[in-house]
Amino acid sequence: MTLNVSKIRADFPILKRKIGRKPLVYLDSAATSQKPKPVIDAIERYYKKYNANVHRGVHRLNEEATIAFEESREKFARFVGAKAAKEIVFVRNATEALNLVTFSWARASLKPGDHVLLTEMEHHSNIIPWQILAKERGVKLDYVKINDDGVLNWESFEELIKERPKVLSLAHVSNALGTINPVKQMAQEAHKVGATVIVDAAQSVPHMPVDVLDLECDFMAVSGHKMLAPTGIGTLYGRYDLLDQMEPFMGGGEMIKEVHLQDARWNDPPWKFEAGTPNIEGAIGLGAAVDYLSDIGMQNVRQHEKDITKYALDQLEDVRGLVLYGTRDVDKRGAAVSFNLGDIHAHDLATILDTQGIAIRSGHHCAQPLMERLKVPATARASFYIYNTKREVDLLVHALETARKMFKA
Amino acid sequence: MTAGVYKEVILDHYRHPRNYGDLPSANARAKDSNVLCGDTIEMELRLKGNTVDDIRFRGQGCAISLASASMLTELSKGKSISEIKKLGKKDIIRLLGADPGSTRIECALLGLKVLKMAIYAHLGVKMPEELEEA
Repeated sequence: MTLNVSKIRADFPILKRKIGRKPLVYLDSAATSQKPKPVIDAIERYYKKYNANVHRGVHRLNEEATIAFEESREKFARFVGAKAAKEIVFVRNATEALNLVTFSWARASLKPGDHVLLTEMEHHSNIIPWQILAKERGVKLDYVKINDDGVLNWESFEELIKERPKVLSLAHVSNALGTINPVKQMAQEAHKVGATVIVDAAQSVPHMPVDVLDLECDFMAVSGHKMLAPTGIGTLYGRYDLLDQMEPFMGGGEMIKEVHLQDARWNDPPWKFEAGTPNIEGAIGLGAAVDYLSDIGMQNVRQHEKDITKYALDQLEDVRGLVLYGTRDVDKRGAAVSFNLGDIHAHDLATILDTQGIAIRSGHHCAQPLMERLKVPATARASFYIYNTKREVDLLVHALETARKMFKA
Repeated sequence: MTAGVYKEVILDHYRHPRNYGDLPSANARAKDSNVLCGDTIEMELRLKGNTVDDIRFRGQGCAISLASASMLTELSKGKSISEIKKLGKKDIIRLLGADPGSTRIECALLGLKVLKMAIYAHLGVKMPEELEEA
């Protein structure tokens, strides 16, 4: 183990909880991560010491809140290698970031008949906004196929790139399969045909080093709550020249420079896209989360997750009747592991595991087209993070054996 | 939220659902699915006057939804329409022998919802919305 996991666990108050008489085994971080004390404390400090609105007013509390809010933006920009903080727009979550891009950028930039290239493993948040746009603008949606091991089919990608799509929008890491997509190589191919590249990094930025320049993406969407920060805060990274050309997403306070009765002048990015009082506590919490992860080191986070995922895959493979989805190669996958056990429905499995204090996700993971592709109604998913241990994997395996016996699966 | 719901009898109904299949002579039918799980239940009934003369169901889903639908078909056979209309959450919990908990109760109630949909469709009357509290 590369991390001092027991020291990390001590920072997460919720991990002391019991479910019934069993200690909580939290294996659902791909849905939302737990929050460490430094993040909770940062939010509490804001409300106790300097709660005020940002970018409005000139009193001391305004100043302190604005500094903390904008510092978080700078921290996040450094965390993902953006050239400047002004390339980071605060949004609610990755879903809102993707909707912002489709609404403000794609709606103005795409013409009827243009192709948009997605993949079969996308989360609904990277499908539905495009479907809405397709209905409104007559753009055509293409999907890169996946192989049976849950890896993108490169031939399918090369075939579809010949359509010269205007957009390539894809998940960096699949929330349902764990697959890490070769975004950089795909972005290079896509740029060659003039496409704009949008990356849904909700499942990668929390778990591995990510650098937007190295990835060669034009936009990138992230949810804070999956990376130790509170819910309701996320980011959209956008290349500044793109953000600068774009029309606003919502109208209101903050996003304007001057307003007259008949017209107005927009503020500069990123504030142009931040109408209304923002989620100040969320941004401050996100800044604290970035500090926490940076102190550990994202390379170490990634190594820990690789170790635990490899261990989990090895153990799960030995459970009779268990079917694993996604690649076994831990260099090509993140720490979300999807499976089914015999003919036990994933929801039944999750309910039985819950009685053992084990929290996993069950369902279609907001990726119904992928479930259709896998020909399963649902899967169970265990996902790991910095606070998970091999001992917890053992508890999972033990509980699965119990479920199998109970169902005689 | 207890494993108590997965009793032998539930697993038996899941493995060997009763009244499973088609009913060609049916004069009432309905189908619905549960958004959370993607569970689907279809019910076919033959109503004679005010009585459920025969019933079949088909479906896909978790043990809780399929077992409760299976048990419900056994319970409904021979019952009158007004008796079926009165069935509610507590009756389903009684059938299951345990409360499946708030996250799973929708699964348990799917069969009953579809059964009532079939009855109300047959009567040509709009189904009341307060099914869950019934």
